[in-house]
Amino acid sequence: MNPPKKKLVVVGNGMAGARVVEEVLKRAPGRFDITMFGAEPYGNYNRILLSNVLNGSQSATEIFMNPLSWYRENGIKLHAGVRALKIDRERKVVTGTPLKKEALAYAVDAAAATDGVAVGESYDHVIIATGSRPFVPPMEGFGGTGTFLFRTIDDCDQIAAYAKNCKTAAVIGGGLLGLEAARGLMTHGVKVTILEAAPQLMVAQLDSESGQMLRATIEAMGIAVKCETITTKIVREDGRITRLDFKDGTSLATDMVVVSAGIRPITEIATASGLTVSKGIVCDDQMRTSDRDIFAVGECVEHRGRLYGLVDPIWDQAKTLADVITGFNPQAGYLGSKLGTKLKVMGVELASMGETKPSLPDDEVVVYREPSRGVYKKLIVRDNKLVGAILLGETDTAGVLMQMFMGNTAVSARRADLLFGSSTGAPVLSVFDLPDHAQICNCNGVSKGAIKEAIQLGKCHSVSKVAGCTKAGLGCGSCKGLVAQLIEAYAGEVTDDPSEHYYVPGVALEKSQLVAEIRRRGLKSVSAVFRELAGGKECPASKVGLASLLKTLWAGDYDDERDARFINDRVHANIQKDGTYSVVPRIYGGVTSAAELRRIADVAVKYNVPLVKFTGGQRIDLLGVKKDDLPKMWKDLGIPSGHAYTKAFRTCKSCVGTDFCRYGVGDSIKLAQEIERRFQGIESPHKMKLATAGCPRNCSEAYVKDIGAVAIEGGMWEIYIGGAAGGSVRKGDLLITVKTHDEVLKYTGRFMQYYREHGKYLERTYHFVERLGIETLKKILVEDSEGIAARLDADMQKAVDAYVDPWKEAELPAYPGQFSAPELAHALATAENNG
Amino acid sequence: MSTTPTVINLGSIEKIAAGHSRCYLVGGTEVAVFRQRDGRLFATQNRCPHKQGPLSEGVSGGGKVICPLHSHKFELATGTGSESGECVKVYAVRELNGEILLSV
Repeated sequence: MNPPKKKLVVVGNGMAGARVVEEVLKRAPGRFDITMFGAEPYGNYNRILLSNVLNGSQSATEIFMNPLSWYRENGIKLHAGVRALKIDRERKVVTGTPLKKEALAYAVDAAAATDGVAVGESYDHVIIATGSRPFVPPMEGFGGTGTFLFRTIDDCDQIAAYAKNCKTAAVIGGGLLGLEAARGLMTHGVKVTILEAAPQLMVAQLDSESGQMLRATIEAMGIAVKCETITTKIVREDGRITRLDFKDGTSLATDMVVVSAGIRPITEIATASGLTVSKGIVCDDQMRTSDRDIFAVGECVEHRGRLYGLVDPIWDQAKTLADVITGFNPQAGYLGSKLGTKLKVMGVELASMGETKPSLPDDEVVVYREPSRGVYKKLIVRDNKLVGAILLGETDTAGVLMQMFMGNTAVSARRADLLFGSSTGAPVLSVFDLPDHAQICNCNGVSKGAIKEAIQLGKCHSVSKVAGCTKAGLGCGSCKGLVAQLIEAYAGEVTDDPSEHYYVPGVALEKSQLVAEIRRRGLKSVSAVFRELAGGKECPASKVGLASLLKTLWAGDYDDERDARFINDRVHANIQKDGTYSVVPRIYGGVTSAAELRRIADVAVKYNVPLVKFTGGQRIDLLGVKKDDLPKMWKDLGIPSGHAYTKAFRTCKSCVGTDFCRYGVGDSIKLAQEIERRFQGIESPHKMKLATAGCPRNCSEAYVKDIGAVAIEGGMWEIYIGGAAGGSVRKGDLLITVKTHDEVLKYTGRFMQYYREHGKYLERTYHFVERLGIETLKKILVEDSEGIAARLDADMQKAVDAYVDPWKEAELPAYPGQFSAPELAHALATAENNG
Repeated sequence: MSTTPTVINLGSIEKIAAGHSRCYLVGGTEVAVFRQRDGRLFATQNRCPHKQGPLSEGVSGGGKVICPLHSHKFELATGTGSESGECVKVYAVRELNGEILLSV
């Protein structure tokens, strides 16, 4: 036996009324017998698109949201064209009467306009969603031929029909809807004038300067605008409108008038039924009126003293109401909304949120104006939070700003980023605006939808949790910022996961703390670190990072446990997808010789190397080599390792420099060779690729290297750090300009050592330099503000002195089986089972 | 009833340094044997189910191995993988008198 269905009566069949019914059906289909009263004789439609109907870009049928069949399919009884007049709270009955056909749906004198037999519907719950009606400022002569409101489909039809016989039209009201009405009228070939009582257009969304700018743009389209103009009288001759008279004594000739001067809540039924009404129908946080069984939603509602006329807040109200009334979440509460919109007004992009003007003495205002393009951007920041923003003419960053505004999150220190996107090239467009199928992590192919699901359903509120759940950010890591933005968008705030700051996952210390502990306790091996700092728990994912760090800290004194190395560093070659390896001999500065080339060619032939390829770093790569051939090839080559497999100094490219080039002003070849001989094999948090250029033409791409030295006129070298030309592209920052090769070597080494000590594991220099800032690095490395320059230089010297060509292990493997192929197990099975 | 496993002697434990691993060819099948620093021995199929990376070349420790190609992780005792739907076959292996005995 099912309990009898409860009776739900919805008064109002506009967007809010229909939406709340949809929300109710989603949560509890079949729970209620639903009856709806709608004063308009249609199903409900998207009122936001009315201006498209007026300007002809959409037909009326296209903007219907729920056609009449929707009501049938969901078993909803619809009294279309019937106006509900009173809720009899004693008898629990809603009564209404049909409207006369020609009557305005939102007319105030409803009783007079009704016709026919009254309708009564008994209820358990009522939802009032009567919406609002246009506000008509007091003036003489409004109503009758040639005067229109702009609120319903019928209004649009009538305006369009009348405009055919008009040359001029006036729109009273310079808000969003007034402008839309003006745009619609223009398409009917009339000359339009907008009349606004305030000193500017769109006073709710714009400040006076942007209002002025918008006005200029609109006037350029051929629409006249008069502000600070109050209409007192509509003057007719022979029954047709001829002109409007204004309060200041002036007048304007016009053939028709459309009023779009704001809205007022429709509250008569609430008043008639004895509910509390102030500006609107007063509701609590659960959308209840002063009667427990009667709720309200939408533009007719006054919640915490505020009225809302935008869809987003009303959708939120509808959800809360549905949660409560169905018992889906009896504790649900609507706490009010922050207002922000992104829209196109007469073809002009506009985003506006929160306050338009500063209101407190300490409010920070950031403004950018570009009148020639009609672009205006303004932020109001209070306590480092965004409390208001206007973007006119260009709204690239609107999505991000909207998130910050709605989420009340701290804004970036560089305010310019908020207006123009980040200087680092990080995406300007908010991930918020991307569709769900958009790929966020390009390494692992993770879509926005998958990340959203992890955040919302999987409750992953930190970047590392999302990564653990979806793999997003586990490739090159460049999408981590986007992942953080998504967390902010869908969870409100990124939870700071302390483990994200650990140098390696298995030791709960940040790099500086870890370095301090290692030094203090004199830990010289990876297993010692696990023993002393990780409770004896060995973490394979931490071994490689610790090995790199320990080698940096102890140089020659490091206790090198080979099992802590990644395979590449165990066999001094780069593992390939098929399990073979690549061999890249060191070619200092990209300069080789016929004899060396011949040896390389001989080795390639002898070991059947399937691919011989020039690398991007001016060397030769022998690919597809079997592990057990590695030591034999190295011996035959007689050239040191090029370290093309490890997180270390890789190579220093050069251009042809001064010997032959017509433009070279510095000996880039010699310098590159000096650099490469000095720093070969120096380990670092990530790889370091260097270059020298003999002139600023940059043939060797030194500006976009981890470290680049560029010769300039006057016998000088500029040293750039933190360049990149991989997945991220960044020109390096100028650290210092020096005179001699020795100075280049000194500052190069000093920066490397500092990066080795302070870079996070797998953090490239471009990220490192950006994180610390070039000014900070200049102070430390050039001005020696911390007094560590000499120590850095000395430690780098120790690392250089500790260098041994790893390919020497060809003669004597460092551990058993280092270069062994899979070993054939002897087939002699031992007979016994339990030895 | 299960058949009695064949036990194969893979030779001296000293061929694998502590913390390292090594690949053996057992009747045409590649088996990775892991000698952990804590003394435990493990054996799994050598090829990662993801892209056939050689697990014997991965970094291991704490009862886990990380594939050298794309860092998929596997529990050495059970073969359970870090990626859903991925696991590797495990073999019983033990040390006897300094020799490695593998059951297949």
